[in-house]
Amino acid sequence: MPSYISAGWRVRGGSGKLDLHFGDELKQLQEEVRRLLTERVSANLLRRLISEDEGYDPALWRTAAELGLLGAAVPEQYGGSGLGERAVCAIAEEMGRAVAPLPFFSSICLAAEAIKLAGAPAQKSAWLPRLASGEAIGTFAWQEGLGPPETDVDARFENGRISGVKSPVPDALLADVAVVVCEGPRLALADLSKGVRREPLRGFDQLRSHAKLVFENTPAEAMDVPDPKDALRRLYDRAAIYAAFEQLGAAESAMFMARDYTLQRYTFGRQLASYQAVKHNLANILVMVELARSNALYAAAALEADAPDLGAAAATARLAATRAYETAARENLQLHGGVGFTWEADCHFHYRRARLLALSLGSPAIWENRLIEALTKKNAAAA
Amino acid sequence: MHQTAPPARIDESAFRREVRAWLADNAAEYREARAWPEAELVARSLAWQKRKAEAGFGLITEPPGLGGRDGTAAMASIFAEEEARYHTPTFTGLGIAFGMALPTIRKHGAPEQYRRFAEPTIKGEAAWCQLFSEPSAGSDLAGLRTRAVRDGERWIVNGQKVWSSWAHHARFGILLARTDPTVVKHQGLTFFVLDMRTPGIEVRPIRQISGKSDFNETFLTDVVIPDANRIGAEGEGWACAMTVLMNERHGASERASVSHDSVENLLRAALAAGRLDSSSVRSKLAQWWVEEQGLKNFGLRIRAALERGETPPPAVAMMKLVSATKMQQTNAFLMDLGEYGGLFSEPDRPEQEQVFFQYIWSSAMMIAGGADEILRNQLAERVLGMPSEPRMDKVPFNELPGIKSS
Repeated sequence: MPSYISAGWRVRGGSGKLDLHFGDELKQLQEEVRRLLTERVSANLLRRLISEDEGYDPALWRTAAELGLLGAAVPEQYGGSGLGERAVCAIAEEMGRAVAPLPFFSSICLAAEAIKLAGAPAQKSAWLPRLASGEAIGTFAWQEGLGPPETDVDARFENGRISGVKSPVPDALLADVAVVVCEGPRLALADLSKGVRREPLRGFDQLRSHAKLVFENTPAEAMDVPDPKDALRRLYDRAAIYAAFEQLGAAESAMFMARDYTLQRYTFGRQLASYQAVKHNLANILVMVELARSNALYAAAALEADAPDLGAAAATARLAATRAYETAARENLQLHGGVGFTWEADCHFHYRRARLLALSLGSPAIWENRLIEALTKKNAAAA
Repeated sequence: MHQTAPPARIDESAFRREVRAWLADNAAEYREARAWPEAELVARSLAWQKRKAEAGFGLITEPPGLGGRDGTAAMASIFAEEEARYHTPTFTGLGIAFGMALPTIRKHGAPEQYRRFAEPTIKGEAAWCQLFSEPSAGSDLAGLRTRAVRDGERWIVNGQKVWSSWAHHARFGILLARTDPTVVKHQGLTFFVLDMRTPGIEVRPIRQISGKSDFNETFLTDVVIPDANRIGAEGEGWACAMTVLMNERHGASERASVSHDSVENLLRAALAAGRLDSSSVRSKLAQWWVEEQGLKNFGLRIRAALERGETPPPAVAMMKLVSATKMQQTNAFLMDLGEYGGLFSEPDRPEQEQVFFQYIWSSAMMIAGGADEILRNQLAERVLGMPSEPRMDKVPFNELPGIKSS
C-alpha cells in the first residue's frame, strides 16, 4: 500500500507534519507505529492474507508487542507501559490507516479494557500481563446473531459455567481468552482453551476473522463488578473512542489514496484532480475528516480525564468518524473509476473495513440514540 | 495538560472571578436578550465597548493605555466566555473592527498606524465597514475596478463598492482599490483605511430579502486618502485582503453556542413539540450535534495553534462552510416542528421571528466572505494540494476581456 502522508494541516508536497496536540512523546510513538506499519503492511500482504483466509500476521503482532504497543494503556503493575489511553488512540489511528491485519482492537481495545474495568485483581494479574506482552490474545463476546448489541442476551452464566452461543465474535479463532456478556447482564471471563467450540464465519470484511463461540456448560470465571450494566456502558464508550481513531486514520488514508490517484490520472488532457467536481468531493471529505478528528481529540481528552460528558463525547466521536470513513471509503473507490473495482487497486480494503467498523460496536442509529439520550438527560438535569 | 482537554482553562480562578464580578456590576441590564432599534443598537454597542475599555477589557491583549491590560489570549477567551452569559450589545461594525480591520492593520501596517486606528476603536469611538466587493467583483474579488491614483502624498479614489455592511454607521472603512491596472490583477491592488467622513462618499442602503438594509452600495467620487492611511506597500493589497478574509471566515463561525438554533435548544424544541421520539428527528439532531461539537473542538485546535504562534491553517475555511449550511438546516427544522403554523409568529411565540431571520440570513452566510464553492476550491487546493482552477486571467488587468473594452 502506498505510504500516505500526514495527518497535519498542510499535506502538500508530501512533507506534512503531525499536529495532534498529543504532546511530543505520543507524536513520536505514533510516527514510529506509522513507520513500522508502512514498512510491514503492504497491499501484497493484505491480498495474500485474504486469499489464504487469514486475518492476521503473527510476526507483525510479535513486533508490535516487542515495541510495547500492546501494553500502552495497561498499568505498569500489570506489565504495561502505562502510557495512557491517548497512546492507544494514537496507535489505533495508525492501525486504521494501514488496515493492519492484527487483533489489536479485539485484544487491547476490548478485552484488556474489559478486564481493566471489570476484572477482579487476580484476573487482572492473570491476563493483563499476557495481553500486554502479546503472549495471549483476548476478545470480547457480546453479540448473539442479528440485531442490536446487548438486547436479548441468552447466554447464561451459572455455577461457574457458560452455556450459549456468541456470534459474531471478532478474532475469536485466535483468541486465548474472552470476556463474555451473559444474561443479567453478567460478565464472565472464559479461558478459550477449555471446552469451547469455535466455528469460523464468512464475513464481509475478509481481513478481520470472526467466529461463532459455542459454550456448552463451559467453565468460566465470574467478573463480579457491582454494576455490570454500568461497566458495559463504560466499556462501549471507551471502545467507541478507540474505534473512532481507527476510523479516522483509515478515513484519512482513503482520502489521500483518492487524492493521490486523481493527481496521477489524466483525462481529457488534464489531471483528474483538477476537475472541480473531484476537488469539491474531496473537500467535503476533508471537512468530515477534520470534524471527526476534532471530535475524536476531544473524546480522547475526555477519556483520559474520565470527564462527566464522556458518554456524549464518545457517541459524538463515533458518529463523526463513522460518517467520515464510510464516505471516504466509498468515494475513494468511485474516484478510481473502473480501476477501483479491480482486486489490484486495493480500494476494497477500505470499502469493506468501513462497513465493519460502522457496525461492529452498534450502527449509527444506535449511537444516535445513545447521544440523544445523553443530551436529554443533561437537559433534564439542567431544567 | 493538553490544550484539547475539557478542563483546559488556564489560571481561570482569579481572573474569572474578577471578570464575573465586573460583569455583574456593569452588565446587569443585559441579562436578558433584547432587540433594539438600529440606532440604539449602534449607540449601545459603542457605549458598552467604551465601558469595557475603561475597565481594561476593551481588548485584553493590549496595554492599559489602549483600553487593555497586557493580558494573554487565554484571558481574552475567559472574558469572552463570561461575557457570552449576557446579551451585551454588539453590531457588525464592531465585528469588522475587531475581527478583521485591527488584526490586518497590526499584521501589515506600521505600529504607528495600528495605534492610530486601534485606540479610537477599542475605546468605543469608531465602528468599521469593509469596502471590498463590487458589482462585478464578488467571488472574483481581485477583479475589482475601483481605482486609486497617486497624487503626491495622497490618493484619489473613484469607484463603486457593494455589500458594505453597516457602512452608514462606520467611522472607518477598509478599502481595497486598484493602484496599477497594467499588471496581473492580484498584483495591482493596495489596501487603505478610508475615513468615512471624507467628502465624495455616498452610502446608499440596499433593500435585502429580509426587508432590512444592513448592506449598502458605497459610491466613491474623487475621494482623497492620505498616503499615511495606506496599509502595507503599494501592490500588497491582496495579501492584506487574504488576512481579512481568513479572519472573516474564522470569525463567521464563532457564533455563541447559546444561540436559539444550538442543538440543545433544538432538542428542547423537539421535546416540547412531542417529536423527539421520531428517529428521523433524532438522526438530524445527532448530525447537527456532531457538526456543532466538531466546530467547537476544531476551534479549540485553532486557538491552541494560534497560542503556539502559528498562523491559522487554511482548513479554517471549513468553519463557515459547515456553520452556514447548518444554520439554514436548523432554522428550517424549527419551522418544520410547527408544521404550517411554524411559518407564522404569534404574540406568544415572538422567537419565531428570530428563526425566520436566521433562515433568511443563512443564505447570505453561504456567500459572504467566500461562497461555498470558493471555499471548497480552497480546501482542495491549499490543504489537499490539488491543482488550481484553470485560469484565463494571468494577463495584465487592463488586457482582460471585459476590462479592455470598458
